[in-house]
Amino acid sequence: MSIRERLSGNEAAATAMRQINPDVVAAFPITPSTEIPQYFSTFVSNGTVDTEFVAVESEHSAMSACIGAEAAGARAMTATSANGLSLMWEMIYIASSMRLPIVMSLVNRAVSGPLNIHNDHSDAMGVRDAGWIMLFSENNQEAYDNLIMAHRIAENKDVLLPLMVCQDGFITSHSIENIELIEDEKVKEFVGKYKPEHYLLNDKEKIAMGPLDVQTYLFEHKYQQANAMRNAKKVIAEVSEEFEKMTGRKYSFFEEYKMEDAEIVIVCMNSTAGTTKYVVDSLREKGVKAGLLKVRMFRPFPAEEIAKALSKAKAVAVLDKSDSVNGVGGALYTDVTSAMYVNGVNVPMVNYIYGIGGRDTTSYDIEGVYNDLMEIVKSGKVDNPYRYFGVRREK
Amino acid sequence: MEKITPNTPAEKMTIAGNIYEAGNSLNFKTGDWRSVKPIYISEKCKQCGLCFPVCPDDAIPVNKEQKREDFNYDYCKGCGVCAKVCPFGAIEMK
Repeated sequence: MSIRERLSGNEAAATAMRQINPDVVAAFPITPSTEIPQYFSTFVSNGTVDTEFVAVESEHSAMSACIGAEAAGARAMTATSANGLSLMWEMIYIASSMRLPIVMSLVNRAVSGPLNIHNDHSDAMGVRDAGWIMLFSENNQEAYDNLIMAHRIAENKDVLLPLMVCQDGFITSHSIENIELIEDEKVKEFVGKYKPEHYLLNDKEKIAMGPLDVQTYLFEHKYQQANAMRNAKKVIAEVSEEFEKMTGRKYSFFEEYKMEDAEIVIVCMNSTAGTTKYVVDSLREKGVKAGLLKVRMFRPFPAEEIAKALSKAKAVAVLDKSDSVNGVGGALYTDVTSAMYVNGVNVPMVNYIYGIGGRDTTSYDIEGVYNDLMEIVKSGKVDNPYRYFGVRREK
Repeated sequence: MEKITPNTPAEKMTIAGNIYEAGNSLNFKTGDWRSVKPIYISEKCKQCGLCFPVCPDDAIPVNKEQKREDFNYDYCKGCGVCAKVCPFGAIEMK
């Protein structure tokens, strides 16, 4: 029987890590992810896990230590947020290009400046092209479940890419909700032992890792990496299916909430999906055909599947919790719109930048978006697709 | 291990450029980075043994009699450290 608990998102992530019992955890504290290594280090002190905990002096070193450990043949994990991830940036690319399946818990927070410790997705969006698999989580349960699935995906021989599990800083990381945990033994069995094919501490095989890659070779290695990301899609689907068999909890590339006959649809990620479901339910009671598409798998991006899922909608709003500051719209919006174009789906689409720096996102805000979508359906026109809600502006 | 060349397709290359053999830096000849060249003047050399330990690469071969031989220009980058430590003027930079 699974275990009923009530945990914060950070506690949920730390619990998943305890059950995974990795060989190495190297981390540096940064709000709002600090509690994850904090809780985990108590597991280390209490002897609940066998992990070597490396208390490094910076996030650059945290990722470097994870790379070293993983290259040596160990299973390594870390956790960070915002500027911590920014400081890791150089090593983020090295981890993925060395094809080391490191797993990170990323508790999303605004990247400075101006200095702000609250939630948005600017940290994750900054590394979206770094070659990491990126899974987003609506609540503590999903953050936990995604972490339990992470190693099976990342360590698959057709993938071998690092993976980050994202959740919203404070909104889910610090709020306590009900959660259903899997028994320790079942997790251990599901995650399995890490058996890398090539690693530095293997005395049966000579190896040099991360050598100089000149003009004649680097392109091919990048192509291999891109292939691995394409392969990840299938593996994520398989692992999620196996996870469903164990827990009864279904995970797809994205969640479709009341989408069967939806005419106006919001696309978003992480905790905002919870608020949106509440609004969808209340609109449905009034007979409005509202729906939600919540992206779980952001990298690899399920372009074809999203285009298909949105093909019957009459108007779509994509919500971005990070402004790409590029003059055209947020990252999720540009990914979704290009997915639609390439797959020949033409639906009026708008983008909303919202929730920046922890700005509260209320059900009224989301209702406002659905009202705008109804207006677009009625008029058949999109005046300006690059919009905002929640920002103070002169009327 | 199959030799990887500039004609090897991506599918046949090792993951992440891993090299499954030891001592492979010998295959990477760095001598063409050099702008000045050390010249060994054997008649001035006393075989004191000060030069080869300071060579940052492997450009001063030492034989079985523990005596240095002429430079291996495949790896000498022309840094001049050997010329600086030589007490007898047996290495000249040109």
